[in-house]
Amino acid sequence: MSTETKAQAASENGGERRLNMIEAINDALDIMLEKDPDVIVMGEDVGYFGGVFRCTAGLQKKHGKTRVFDTPISECGIIGVAVGMGAYGLRPVPEIQFADYIYPGLDQLVSEAARLRYRSATEYIAPMTVRSPFGGGIFGGQTHSQSPEALFTHVSGLKTVIPSTPYDAKGLLIASIEDNDPVIFFEPKRIYNGPFSGYYDKPAEPWKRHAQSVVPEGYYRIPLGEARTVAEGEALTVLAYGTMVHVAESVCREKGVDAEILDLRTLVPLDIEAIERSVEKTGRCLIVHEATRTSGFGAELSALVTERCFYHLEAPVERVTGFDTPYPHSLEWAYFPGPIRIGEAIDKLLSE
Amino acid sequence: MARTAKTRKTPAGNKGKGPAEDVDFALHSLQEAFEKAKRYDASEDELLAFYRQMLLIRRFEEKAGQLYGLGLIGGFCHLYIGQEAVAIGLQSALDNDRDSVITGYRDHGHMLAYGIDPKVIMAELTGRQAGISKGKGGSMHMFSTEHKFYGGHGIVGAQVALGGGLALAHKYNEDGGLCLAYFGDGAANQGQVYETFNMASLWKLPIVFVIENNQYAMGTSTARSSAETEFHRRGTAFRIPGMDVNGMDVLEVRAAAEVAFKHVREGMGPVLMELNTYRYRGHSMSDPAKYRTREEVQDIREHKDPIEGLKKTLVEQGKSEDDLKAIDKEIRKIVAEAADFAENSPEPEPAELYTDVLVEGY
Repeated sequence: MSTETKAQAASENGGERRLNMIEAINDALDIMLEKDPDVIVMGEDVGYFGGVFRCTAGLQKKHGKTRVFDTPISECGIIGVAVGMGAYGLRPVPEIQFADYIYPGLDQLVSEAARLRYRSATEYIAPMTVRSPFGGGIFGGQTHSQSPEALFTHVSGLKTVIPSTPYDAKGLLIASIEDNDPVIFFEPKRIYNGPFSGYYDKPAEPWKRHAQSVVPEGYYRIPLGEARTVAEGEALTVLAYGTMVHVAESVCREKGVDAEILDLRTLVPLDIEAIERSVEKTGRCLIVHEATRTSGFGAELSALVTERCFYHLEAPVERVTGFDTPYPHSLEWAYFPGPIRIGEAIDKLLSE
Repeated sequence: MARTAKTRKTPAGNKGKGPAEDVDFALHSLQEAFEKAKRYDASEDELLAFYRQMLLIRRFEEKAGQLYGLGLIGGFCHLYIGQEAVAIGLQSALDNDRDSVITGYRDHGHMLAYGIDPKVIMAELTGRQAGISKGKGGSMHMFSTEHKFYGGHGIVGAQVALGGGLALAHKYNEDGGLCLAYFGDGAANQGQVYETFNMASLWKLPIVFVIENNQYAMGTSTARSSAETEFHRRGTAFRIPGMDVNGMDVLEVRAAAEVAFKHVREGMGPVLMELNTYRYRGHSMSDPAKYRTREEVQDIREHKDPIEGLKKTLVEQGKSEDDLKAIDKEIRKIVAEAADFAENSPEPEPAELYTDVLVEGY
C-alpha cells in the first residue's frame, strides 16, 4: 500500500492522529533521542525555549540537558562542534535557526563535514543532520526567506533533503539522522502549519485536512533518494520540492491539467529514475522552485532531463523560479513563483 | 541579567595573591604551578625516547623536503622542522587509550609522535594507495582512528571547533579522555576559535587548546597580524586559564602538559597553552621566507634548537657521541626506507576517485 493510500485509509478510519509539520519533526526527534543515546539535539534556543518554530518543544524537559541543549549564537562553531561530535561517533542534530544564518557555518560544512570521509578514506565520517527552516512566503525579507539548497547540492559529500508534508518530514528526518553522511535538512517554514496553495490572500489551510498529515506513532523511515508521486498524469511532468509541491498541485487542480507531479523529497541523492520514467511518459517537463534561477537546482534538473530524455521531449523544459535578485520584502509575491507564473508556463508547455 | 562589576573585576597586579582575595586566580594559577617545576624530571629511557622521536621528525621532514624538490610530493607540504619539541612534549603526556588529538595542516610531526609507521605517512605525502589515508588526503589531511588522531585539516582554524566537538563527545561519553587541539598563531585570529573558546569554557569541556606560536602566520609576523601577541592571554575573556611555555625545550613542554592535563582531567574545563616555537623552513615548500633574515633563523638554530638542547642534556648524563650517532644512523635508515616505500608504492586506481564520497556508491 502506498504512503498516500495508507494515509487515506487511516483518515477514513478516523483513528489515526494528525500532526502538522512542526509536530511531526518534534516526534521524529523525540523518537530518535529515545532510540539512540548518540543522538544529540543542539542549537540556538532549542532547549529551554523549544526552538523559534517550536520544533524542539518539550524535548529538553523530557530528555535532559545533556541530550538537548542551547548553544551560543555561533553558527560556524555549532556546525564545527557537530562535525567533531560526529567524527567521534555521536549523531548530532544541530539546528540552524534560519537557513539564512547558515553561511558562517559554510566553511565547516563544505571543508570539514562534506569532505572528511573522502580525505580520510572513510577512516572518519561526519554523520550529522543540520536542520534548518528555509524558504519564503512569510514576509521574512532578505535574511529570513532564502532557499540556498543549490549551494549544498553543489558540494559533493553532502546530502540535501527537503520534506513537503508532515508524514514525509518525520520519516525523512529519521532516515537522515540514521544516515552516515552529513545531511542538510531544509524545512519549508511556509508550510510548517499547513499546505500552501500559492494564494497569499486566501485564508491559510491547516494540515488536518491533508491526507499526509496522518502521522503514525513510533518509528518509521522514508529512504533518502526516493521521489513521491503526488499525482499521476499524462499531459506533463512537474518536478518540485518543499512548498512548491503544494503550489504546483493547487495550480494543476485549478486548471484541470492532467499533470504528473513528482515531489523530489531529496535533491541529493536524486531519484533520477522516477524523473526519467515520468518525462518519457509525458514528453513535457516543468520545474518549479523558490530559489533564484541562475545555477539553481532547476538548472541541474533541466540539464539532466535534456541529457536523458531528449528524444522523448515534445517541448523545451520550462523553469519557474525565484528571480535572480535578493529575496525581496515588499515585492515578495511578485518574486514568489506563484499560480500565475506556473499557469503561464503550463500553458506554454502544452501549446507546443 | 547583567553581571555585577564586583564579581568580574580584574584588578591590576593581582599575581601572587591567593585564591581567596584574587577573583581571577584561576586564570594564572596554572602558570604559577608550572613555574614552580618548569622542567619535567625524565628518566633516562624517556630522555632517549624523546630524542629519538624528535630526531625522527627532523629527518623525516628533511627527506620530505627532498622528495618535494624531486617532484615526488606535489602541491602543499608544510614542514615541522624546529617545532619538534611541541608535539613530542605534549603527546608523550597523553593517555593514548582515551585522549584525542586534532591539528592543522602542519601535521606530519603529530602523526610521527604517535609512533605511526613513517612509511604510510610518507606514502600519503606522495599520494599513494598505501598511504595512511589511501593517498586521498595528502600532506595536510591524514587521519588515524587507531590512535584517535582526528587529522590534519587544511582550513586555518577550522579544526579548533571540531576539537570542541571531540571534547564534548569525551564528556558526553564519560570516557575520561581529553582533546588536544593544536592551531597556529595565525589561526588564533579566526573567529570560530573564539566561538569554540566560549562553548568549551561555558560547558567545561575537557580540551587543551594549544597555540603553536611559530612567530609567523605564513609570511606575516605575529607583531604585524595580532593585537595581542601574548597568545596565552587570549582565553582570558572566556575565563580559560593560559600558560606561557617555551616550545623549544621538550622537558619544559612536558612539565607544562602535566599541569594542564591534570587541570582538564579534574573537570575544570579548558586550558589554553601557548607554545613558543619556531619553524626553520618556509611556511610551505613554495615559501622562500623573505620576510625574515637569515641571521634570525641561524640564531635560533644555534642557540635554541630543541634537538641540540636535549642532546646536550644526554651528553651531560653520560651518553657518548657514538651512542647518539648510532641513533641518528638508525633513524636515517628508517626514513630512507619510508621514502623508498613512498616512491615505489602504486598510485590509487582511477576508480578511487568516486569512492568515499557518500556512504553508498556515487
